[in-house]
Amino acid sequence: MNAPVGELLKQHLIDPEICIRCNTCEETCPVDAVTHDGNNYVVDASICNHCMDCIPPCPTGSIDNWRVVNSPYSLEEQFSWSELPPQQEMQAASSGAVEAIESEIDSLLEEARKGLGGKPVAPHSASKPTVNLYNRNKPLTATVTGNFRLTHADADADVRHIILDFGDQPFPVLEGQSIGVVAPGTTADGKPHNVRLYSVASSRDGEKPNAHNLALTVKREPGGVCSNYLCDLPRGAKVEITGPFGATFLHPNDPAANIIMICTGTGSAPFRGFTERRRRAMPDAPGRLLLFFGARRPEELPYFGPLQKVPEKLLGKYFCYSRVSGQPRTYVQDRLRSEAATVAALMKDPRTHIYICGLKGMETGVDEAFADVCRGAGIEWAPLKSAMREDGRYHVETY
Amino acid sequence: MNYVNVDYSTKIPNNVNLVEDRQVLKALEGWHPGYLDWWQDMGPEGFQESLVYLRTAVSVDPKGWAKFDYVRMPEYRWGVLLAPQEEGRQVNFGEHKGEKAWQEVPGEYRAMLRRLIVIQGDTEPASVEQQRHLGKTAPSLYDMRNLFQVNVEEGRHLWAMVYLLQKYFGRDGREEADELLRRRSGDPDSPRMLGAFNEKTPDWLSFFMFTYFTDRDGKMQLEALAQSGFDPLSRSCRFMLTEEAHHMFVGETGVGRVLQRTCEAMKAAGIEDPNEIEKVRALGVIDLPTVQKKLNMHYSLTLDLFGSEISTNAANFYNAGLKGRFQETKIDDDHRLTNATYPVAKLVDGKIKMVDEPALTALNMRLRDDYSEDCAKGVERWNKVIEKVGVNFRLDLPHTAFHRQIGEFRNIEASPKGEILSDSEWSKQRDNFLPSASDGDFINSLMQPEAEAGKYAGWIAPPRVGIDNKPGDFEYVKIEHS
Repeated sequence: MNAPVGELLKQHLIDPEICIRCNTCEETCPVDAVTHDGNNYVVDASICNHCMDCIPPCPTGSIDNWRVVNSPYSLEEQFSWSELPPQQEMQAASSGAVEAIESEIDSLLEEARKGLGGKPVAPHSASKPTVNLYNRNKPLTATVTGNFRLTHADADADVRHIILDFGDQPFPVLEGQSIGVVAPGTTADGKPHNVRLYSVASSRDGEKPNAHNLALTVKREPGGVCSNYLCDLPRGAKVEITGPFGATFLHPNDPAANIIMICTGTGSAPFRGFTERRRRAMPDAPGRLLLFFGARRPEELPYFGPLQKVPEKLLGKYFCYSRVSGQPRTYVQDRLRSEAATVAALMKDPRTHIYICGLKGMETGVDEAFADVCRGAGIEWAPLKSAMREDGRYHVETY
Repeated sequence: MNYVNVDYSTKIPNNVNLVEDRQVLKALEGWHPGYLDWWQDMGPEGFQESLVYLRTAVSVDPKGWAKFDYVRMPEYRWGVLLAPQEEGRQVNFGEHKGEKAWQEVPGEYRAMLRRLIVIQGDTEPASVEQQRHLGKTAPSLYDMRNLFQVNVEEGRHLWAMVYLLQKYFGRDGREEADELLRRRSGDPDSPRMLGAFNEKTPDWLSFFMFTYFTDRDGKMQLEALAQSGFDPLSRSCRFMLTEEAHHMFVGETGVGRVLQRTCEAMKAAGIEDPNEIEKVRALGVIDLPTVQKKLNMHYSLTLDLFGSEISTNAANFYNAGLKGRFQETKIDDDHRLTNATYPVAKLVDGKIKMVDEPALTALNMRLRDDYSEDCAKGVERWNKVIEKVGVNFRLDLPHTAFHRQIGEFRNIEASPKGEILSDSEWSKQRDNFLPSASDGDFINSLMQPEAEAGKYAGWIAPPRVGIDNKPGDFEYVKIEHS
């Protein structure tokens, strides 16, 4: 069985150049999908169900390879390889890095990345992500160790900071990745609820270094099954999660990378992770970090207080409020335009990465603003955008 | 009781319900301080306070046994971990084939089984002792971390064997467990039990060769013991095998990276002939003929670990259902071998000939042949590394009769190609076959530590993939830490 990706298949393969034929994967596989000849260890695409049990025990990392294919490579082909074939160019948009194995997650991520206008590509200097360690059939049970309201008491929006602890269970996650949550119970017609994806709001080593937990930024949606479930969880509650998911919207490790982050509301979650990563791992990084953050009022801007304490040297902050009485309505695209000089200078730098995260509604406005900024600097935005995307420097995740 | 997740409520992490097994828990807790003393005395020298990015098993299921974090080695959670029990498992070979697998030691096989466990157990601390000085000359933090990972896991394998001794063999077992901490690698008065484990591991190429060749013997032995009708031994060895795979990895990629670096340096300097040893050495890399000599030595020493060609002990272990063949259950035969034969290389009238022997007494050779086949595949990978860079050289495994101290060929000298040599011919040629003192001096001169994250000593290429997907400049060992 293979995970279908549109008309395509995602095939699990072993890199024969790195594999040492230790037999651990064959021993581990619960469905006997791994086999070998005198030359190579290989995965039978007709048996592999992508349970991922073989991934952590592999001592070499050779096991964690995937190709999107029209028809799977046969065992004979795999036996004959001395290196992995390159990923073939595919017609569909989903032939980039493997973001998730389950098709329901894949389609959610595909939807979130539509605004990219092409195949998503991870930054060159990003760490290699682990994907799909846990799934619907094998979720991980985490414990809620914190659940705080981030927005002011009199604000309409109830946005919460929720901390999930993994205890001794492994859950390797990178800034920019998401996790899946399925609310318990069933829908009115008796089906399990749909999975919901939430961006991780902490850095890879947890809320505090090596805490082995992660944080989510969750907005309570009226009538939303999953968001209400999460927002109401008391400390100590157990919650089943899946993932991690996502292999392209990732933090670049290159300290020289400039990062322009544009968000609204809970779209700030991955950028909290990015900022925290920079602060902890490379506080003296030469690359600049800019945050364009839109909200109705300061009271409704998640992490408003903590953000005030982040020094400008680490993070250039541009808050944009659209509902402060007595002030003109300012949206993120307006701030991009008014900061055109700073932004344009960065756009000319091949080390600059752009990340957009938030509501779908912001896409068009931000895109037009970039076009304006570029025009003013004598750059053509459309070709630059697609070049940046292909280079892993332009990222969109909207919902 | 959940046998998959590990119980941390006792001092000794375990998935064998020690908390309700007071007597064994007490015995292990009694043994624990002695083990820690041994680790302090004989474990990695000079790095006991460093923070090492190590893998610790938090459960024996696939998702949980590879948790990575910084740990001080003396605080590593050594524990007793057995693979989950299989429902309805049987004895799969020998006289008792088809009986239910034993959960207790069968009285008649008690002495035999204890001996098997003690021999296996003795190799585990031995290699830690052999490798204790290597940290000081590590070619990178990555390699240093891999060395320490191998060391702590050898330590855990000792724990696994000691648990079996203390749980199933009463006072005898407890005494044997203490003896395992008393013997010392290379000690003239109380050496380790097997020859190769009393040799020195003087440099990093030796370490890589050791993990490739000698730890691979460990893998074969564990595989054979994992077939055992004595179920606790089988389960213990099955989990050890998953850890052993990392050791194979360190050896294979270590040697591969040495070859990569040498060949690249030769290419860059325009040296075509691999036998221009001095020119190659002047580049600060290890010449390929010397790598071949190291290979010859470690392979031949390891062949001795398989014992005599013809062994009634091996036949008895098999008949009794205690130690099987490599991947026994995947072999298509009667699994009793009463009338079967197996071809064995022997010395007949001064010539090396293949002779059919009863398969039961030739079991050591069968395991050794499986071992050699496994070794040869990795050597082929190394040859591909050389070929890919475009250097004209091939590494080969030496002949079975070459440089042997045990068995049929112990009294003769043979070349790596298997030609029998006179004593005088051997003395003349010896330094072409095996590392000489000056080869050793040269390698030692390269063993300068490189302790900056992301940097590698000049004689070895960086790895292609980091441990736990870490980026190239990851600090695998935080050396100064108090």
